[in-house]
Amino acid sequence: MMASSYNAKEEDGHHSGSASHGGAAVVKSKKPDNTAFKQQRLPAWQPILTAGTVLPAFFVIGLIFIPIGIGLYVTSNNIKEFEIDYTGVDMNSACYSCAKNFSWNSTTSCLCTVDFTLEQPFESNVFMYYGLSNFYQNHRRYVKSRDDSQLNGDMSALTNPSKECEPYRMSEGLPIAPCGAIANSLFNDTLKLYYLEANGTRNEIPLVKKGIAWWTDKHVKFRNPGGNANLTAVFQGNLTATSKPVNWRNPVYELDQDPENNGFINEDFIVWMRTAALPTFRKLYRIIQKKSSTMPTLPSGKYVLDITYNYPVLSFDGRKRMILSTISWMGGKNPFLGIAYITVGSICFFLGVVLLIIHHKYDTRSTGADIPN
Amino acid sequence: WATVYSPIPRGRKKRKNKENKTRTVRANTLLNDHPNPHYANNKIKTTKYTLLSFLPKNLFEQFHRFANVYFVFIALLNFVPVVNAFQPELALAPVVFILSVTAIKDLWEDYRRHRSDTEINHMDCLVYSSMERRYVEKYWKEVQVGDFIRLRCNEILPADVLLLSSSDPDRLCHIETATLDGETNLKQRQVVRSFLDLDCEFDPFKYHSVIECEKPNNDLNRFRGYIVHRSGRRDVLCKENLLLRGCTIRNTEEAVGIVIYAGHETKAMLNNNGPRYKRSKLERQMNVDVFWCVIILLVICSFAAVGHGLWMFQYGDKRPVFDVLSPQGTNLSPIMSAIYLFLTLIIVFQVLIPISLFVSIEIVKICQVYLIHQDMDLYDEETDSHLQCRALNITEDLGQMQYIFSDKTGTLTENKMVFRRCTVAGVEYSHDANARRLAMYQEMDSEEEECMSHGGTLPRRESVTSHQSARVVLRSQSTKSHRRTGSRAEAKRASILSKHTAFSSPMEKDITPDPQLLYKVNECSSQMDFMRFHSQPMSQLSSDLSDIIDFFIALTICNTVVVSSPNQPRHKVRMRFELKSPVKTIEDFIKRFTPSRLTSGSNSSSSSSLITNRSSNKGCSSLLSSPSAESTLTKLHEEQSSHLEPTFSPVPPCYDGKASWNLEEGELRYEAESPDEAALVYAARAYKCSLVGRLPDQVTVELPHLGKLSFELLHTLGFDSTRKRMSVVVKHPLTDQITVYTKGADSVIMDLLKPLDTGNSKGKRQKKIICRTQNYLNLYAADGLRTLCIAKKILSKEEYACWLQCHLEAETAIQGREELLFQSALRLETNLQLLGATGVEDRLQDGVPETVAALRRAGLQIWVLTGDKQETAVNIAYACKLLDPEEEMLTLNADSQEACALLLEESLHYIQAKFLCSSADQAAKAFHTNFVPCEINSSSSLSSHNTSPFLVHRLGLVIDGRTLAYALDKTLEDKFLEVARSCRSVLCCRSTPLQKSMVVKLVRNKLKVMTLAIGDGANDVSMIQVADVGVGISGQEGMQAVMASDFALPRFRYLQKLLLVHGHWCYSRLANMILYFFYKNAMFVALLFWYQFYCGFSGSAMIDQWYLIFFNLMFSAFPQLVTGTLDKDVSAETLQRLPQLYVNGQNSEEYKPYMFWMNMIDAFYQSLVCFFIPYFAYADSDVDLFTWGTPITTLALFTILLHLGIETKTWTWMNWLSIIFSITLFFTVALCYNASCPTCFSPSNPYWTMQRQLQEPLFYLLCLITPVTALLPRYFYRACQVTLLPTPIQVGRQLDKIPADTLKNILSLNRVTTGSQVLPKPEFLSSQPSPKGSNKKNRINVVDAEISEGQQGPVLPNEEGIGPTETEKSLSHLYPELPSETISLPYTKDTTLPLLSDVILSGWITSTPLLINTDRVQLSLLPDGPPQCVRYIKNSEELPSEALQPVNLEQTPP
Repeated sequence: MMASSYNAKEEDGHHSGSASHGGAAVVKSKKPDNTAFKQQRLPAWQPILTAGTVLPAFFVIGLIFIPIGIGLYVTSNNIKEFEIDYTGVDMNSACYSCAKNFSWNSTTSCLCTVDFTLEQPFESNVFMYYGLSNFYQNHRRYVKSRDDSQLNGDMSALTNPSKECEPYRMSEGLPIAPCGAIANSLFNDTLKLYYLEANGTRNEIPLVKKGIAWWTDKHVKFRNPGGNANLTAVFQGNLTATSKPVNWRNPVYELDQDPENNGFINEDFIVWMRTAALPTFRKLYRIIQKKSSTMPTLPSGKYVLDITYNYPVLSFDGRKRMILSTISWMGGKNPFLGIAYITVGSICFFLGVVLLIIHHKYDTRSTGADIPN
Repeated sequence: WATVYSPIPRGRKKRKNKENKTRTVRANTLLNDHPNPHYANNKIKTTKYTLLSFLPKNLFEQFHRFANVYFVFIALLNFVPVVNAFQPELALAPVVFILSVTAIKDLWEDYRRHRSDTEINHMDCLVYSSMERRYVEKYWKEVQVGDFIRLRCNEILPADVLLLSSSDPDRLCHIETATLDGETNLKQRQVVRSFLDLDCEFDPFKYHSVIECEKPNNDLNRFRGYIVHRSGRRDVLCKENLLLRGCTIRNTEEAVGIVIYAGHETKAMLNNNGPRYKRSKLERQMNVDVFWCVIILLVICSFAAVGHGLWMFQYGDKRPVFDVLSPQGTNLSPIMSAIYLFLTLIIVFQVLIPISLFVSIEIVKICQVYLIHQDMDLYDEETDSHLQCRALNITEDLGQMQYIFSDKTGTLTENKMVFRRCTVAGVEYSHDANARRLAMYQEMDSEEEECMSHGGTLPRRESVTSHQSARVVLRSQSTKSHRRTGSRAEAKRASILSKHTAFSSPMEKDITPDPQLLYKVNECSSQMDFMRFHSQPMSQLSSDLSDIIDFFIALTICNTVVVSSPNQPRHKVRMRFELKSPVKTIEDFIKRFTPSRLTSGSNSSSSSSLITNRSSNKGCSSLLSSPSAESTLTKLHEEQSSHLEPTFSPVPPCYDGKASWNLEEGELRYEAESPDEAALVYAARAYKCSLVGRLPDQVTVELPHLGKLSFELLHTLGFDSTRKRMSVVVKHPLTDQITVYTKGADSVIMDLLKPLDTGNSKGKRQKKIICRTQNYLNLYAADGLRTLCIAKKILSKEEYACWLQCHLEAETAIQGREELLFQSALRLETNLQLLGATGVEDRLQDGVPETVAALRRAGLQIWVLTGDKQETAVNIAYACKLLDPEEEMLTLNADSQEACALLLEESLHYIQAKFLCSSADQAAKAFHTNFVPCEINSSSSLSSHNTSPFLVHRLGLVIDGRTLAYALDKTLEDKFLEVARSCRSVLCCRSTPLQKSMVVKLVRNKLKVMTLAIGDGANDVSMIQVADVGVGISGQEGMQAVMASDFALPRFRYLQKLLLVHGHWCYSRLANMILYFFYKNAMFVALLFWYQFYCGFSGSAMIDQWYLIFFNLMFSAFPQLVTGTLDKDVSAETLQRLPQLYVNGQNSEEYKPYMFWMNMIDAFYQSLVCFFIPYFAYADSDVDLFTWGTPITTLALFTILLHLGIETKTWTWMNWLSIIFSITLFFTVALCYNASCPTCFSPSNPYWTMQRQLQEPLFYLLCLITPVTALLPRYFYRACQVTLLPTPIQVGRQLDKIPADTLKNILSLNRVTTGSQVLPKPEFLSSQPSPKGSNKKNRINVVDAEISEGQQGPVLPNEEGIGPTETEKSLSHLYPELPSETISLPYTKDTTLPLLSDVILSGWITSTPLLINTDRVQLSLLPDGPPQCVRYIKNSEELPSEALQPVNLEQTPP
């Protein structure tokens, strides 16, 4: 009883269902289903790009972009930035002699001092960068020349670094730690900044060297083999004896005194290992923390930059700079994006006007179609 | 020892030798071990691979594709340490992916084949087991050569079987070969001659013969061999003895046979060849651009390599710290490192060669094919079949066709033959009533909705004195009421029923006899009856009458029609007079129809049975035809019908006894191999001369008064296309003379007639008959009828014996049997005596004229290649609007090479002269013509649709087979082409299959155009194969054309939607997708290229290698597939309404060579934007390489997707979904990838990169500005271009937007869009060598307001295509099918008239009827010899159907 009523219901509701119920006698027709997809009649939005239809888009883009551009431009202009080239190319520059005489093989450091004046005070946290030009850190073979496992504290990689590190893999029969060309060419100038008080005393400005690397790099990607304690033992152990990179003066376990910033997790090292995208780049060196809300971090005035000149760049026509900069929410000082937004916005606006003219002159369709019959 | 063993090897050797020519089959019962071990068994395996061989075999096959080899090469290059760019394993990923996708597809296909194989292999059949001495069930796969198989009715044959026994009393077996060749008629197969006389059941154990036959081959219509009995007697085996695998046994309860060929050696399997591989035009074009991509790749790689060398060089010996030494620590020279870098860059930039393009195209094509399959409009309810795409990879070619070559019979026409007229002994019987009946069928559909009363008046429109008219009225009404009352289901059932029997729709079966002829037949047969009764010799019969009776006998028996009864559709009517057949059901049937009994029940029976069962009309008409009863009957009918008319009820009266009896008894069905045969048999039956039974050696005919006559069938000389005739040799039961009846094409029969002795009266009479018949034949042909001549010949016993001996020799020959039989037939068919001729109409298929007109307007040139005679072809061409009465027709008939050359030269001159002169003339006229401007009145209608008189050259070319043969000669083909090209339509008559393919080949190769051949029969196969796209009509003539075709259609009219809609869509989708692919890859690679300038050309990539490799395969793959599958630039309705839009594809306007470069330039621009905006935004910052690369990748993805968005015309939810999916996929993959492993994925080591980027506002700011800037030019260009210079397609899209009712308004005003006026191309005889030349300009302002100011007169196209204005010129370029024609519109911007612009838009759609009439020219050289030439003089007032009147018939003495 139930079944029959169910069947009847089904037959009422679904005619096709009943047809298949009919059994084998009903030959299944090959007739295609009349569905929107199969008949290619899916409901669709069919925009037609005509002057009339697209001109609002142009105006809207223009109206959005120009304010954004202005905002960005203003933001970028508010960022204070100071840059000084200390390469020592010029005869009269302080580091000329250092630059002239220095090479990788030098054993002693060369010191030079550069004076400069900040016209405006730097209000918030100041970031101190070193900048290199013409340094192709993005060279294909250079970029590859590292062993991430080794840097991650992998013991086996420590003693047997990856082939990618060649030819900076082994030195004097010992594996190099850290191996590879990137590590080998670690930037090793030391910069110190002094505020020259009016009375001529040099006030060393405290430079924070922690927090300059990515958090994930410092805590996840880079790890010392066998923990941070006893680095010397690890890098010089019997089984895990390593050699320092050929260009380095000190082995990796002597990069810093602070055990939390030594070895592979030395932040200067980590920053350097993040290879720059373009041949002219800067890397964060130190941070000058803002101390109080009343005092500017770096008041305007005279400063002295003490440089331990270790890093030769003249051989490849490179340049070294020191940069002081505040940052905003959008990063460092870069007026480009603001200008770009303003330009594109203006172009859009202009094209919108052009389209409007075209529309009024030629595109009669939309006006005609608007009138209902 | 040696002697003992020697026989075996020798025997084996011998067998091996024999094997080369023949196969020997012994019965498996003879020996315990298998006697035929080296023959294939019946297990079939159509799979390509086994589990083991799959991998190597499939890879081997895939590496045949060059692209795959290239990609593998690149991947392997990565394993070389000096040059490697990516992780080698990762670089393998795309190649492996591509290969595995293809492999999986192949595997799946193979698996499906495997499953169907298993299914087939496990079907059951009865095989004789020598162990159990009975038939046991076995699987098909277990069947071996030499097995005996018992077959029951409706079983499918498992192998090729030699028929040894049949339960049929005549030792026949009927098979249906529909699965093999699609022919639905039954075929008779005969038991091997030596087993004919076995009375008892066949016992395999008594079989000891050996069969020698030919090696397996794929010829379905050939089987040769002989059977050697123990006695040493040899019997010939022929194809009549062989039952082929896949056929179905019908009408036969049981049959036994021995397996000759099994499994893969069966003819069915050998005939099974896979789908064809063709390369489409678009793909060829694409390959050129792939080649360009390779060049670009090499150029940028070399550029970068040189750059790298220089970069290295500038450092000299001082190596900077960042320039890493080679792993060996050696210092590479700049030159060496440049060379290494070159290879590295090829790997890095490999994406430029679109690896995924090939796979994507395949996927898109499969989807397109699927969607075409699913189109309801291409589904034919009647035959329950839909379009089949047999070639999967040339869908887009459908959108680029330029020439269509069509067969006529079965393609344009229904191939439903309807008997129309006949002439017997020089007297014409016009069958007017029959013609009116046919007209009724035509009107039926249109009138279906009209009210009842209207129907009655129609047939009376013409007051015909014939006393048959009354019945016509009745008939027409009843048919109509049947149609009206009968539900759809009923109609469907009827169609299903008729499907079982080929060629037997009521239209073909019901023939109204001509009263005069009917009277004569009756008189004649009664006289004969009388004479037989009085045993007078038949020769006393007047020759007129004897001709008539002979004529009908010939119609009835000179064929291969098989008779069956309808109620059991597949059961043969079994009756053998005098011999067997105890129950004579047919005689009962006839007895009840004796004239005396008729009158009583006829009123009720006729009216009711007509309604209930159309087939019973037959009975009715035969009742009425008795001369004695005729006059009274007609009176009765007249009364009845006039009485019935006003009150006729649409509800059919109840069935009375008669009706049910009718249903029960039914009538005979005729199953014919060709529709002509059936038509003639049905025609003869209308004259009560009906075929009631056919056996191999006997034909039974029922004649009025005479009753049943059995003709002993001595021979049947079947029809072949060389002889163009068939003959039967019978022994006449009344005269005992051996008579040959021949039926064939008039041209052939006329030459075979007995030379006339004009001296005596008989000869004179014969001559008169021949003359008259020839006249009528011409007349028939002019009416578009197919003509056949009927002739006979009486053989003396001696003549016959003499011929018979030769013939038997021919029959038994193994070598060259066909040739010998042919010669034998030629010997017999001589000295014939002409009896008469028939005219059979082949009706046009539904919608053919409309389709032809639409295709015409789509700019397609349609050529008809037919084997029919010229006049028939010309008339059909008129009927389907291929030729226009308004246009001139060039007829080329030549009978020698020289004449043909001359003729071609002359026509060329003529065309040129006419063209130049008239165009100048017309141009002058045009300046003075004030044409009526198009006006728009308040109801938005065009008050006037005609704008101006203009001249177009309309030429039709008609050429016959012989002339065509000359014209196709190397020396003349160019000239012929030139003439043919300037004609709007070309008609080749009397052409052979080979000529058809030669014409197609010629046009395709010389004119470099895309050709489509469409046909339905075996004679079209070669043409279909030669053409770029072959279309088969799965019609009535079997499946050969379909097998050879790329697309199979149920009906010709579906071609319209297939080409105009699907072709266009497929083309524009694929073209856009390919262009997009090139753009996408170029844009992505260019990003990397720009970076080389900032990394010392070191081959470094800022984009993570994972993104680099999966960008194409995953992140940007889906939206383009969706767009490539579903995008519709113009709706199907508009495409069909405006066939002109098809020109778009013909001119390859979606994908022109320059577009590739435009896309490349756009790609370079976009990549510049995508590269340099992030570059400047991050310039001199502390960003690292891959943190900088991540936003670039993201931007590139956004830009590429939005670019697709601009190019996408139709946004369905699937487009949205795919784009959202792509973006989500990218971010998901990026986030997961960047979080997965802190130390892996050297060198990028992207740990937490994306996560950090997402926290940066800069990232979002970049994502906003970069795509906008990158796409701004394209977006702006598109908007301006559509507004200022819309292409027709874009205009079509705008028409789509108009609300449906408004659009309907516009189009209804626009008569011509639905009309048939098609205008020829203005490039007619143009100096440009290729059709492409004239379409250099492709974006022209059509709907320019300036034009519609009306200050310009109509313009004529002339050779140079120069109109008075630039616009005009461009117009004629843009729309080659349009003559330069302008529409003047009162244009005001603030007009209150709605849809002004739409009307302007429609301007180019509108064309106007021709006002200038041109005279037709006859350009036929009068040949010296017999072929006569009929001149047609055209009168411009005539309608197309009546356009041709033979005015001047020239008789030439034979």
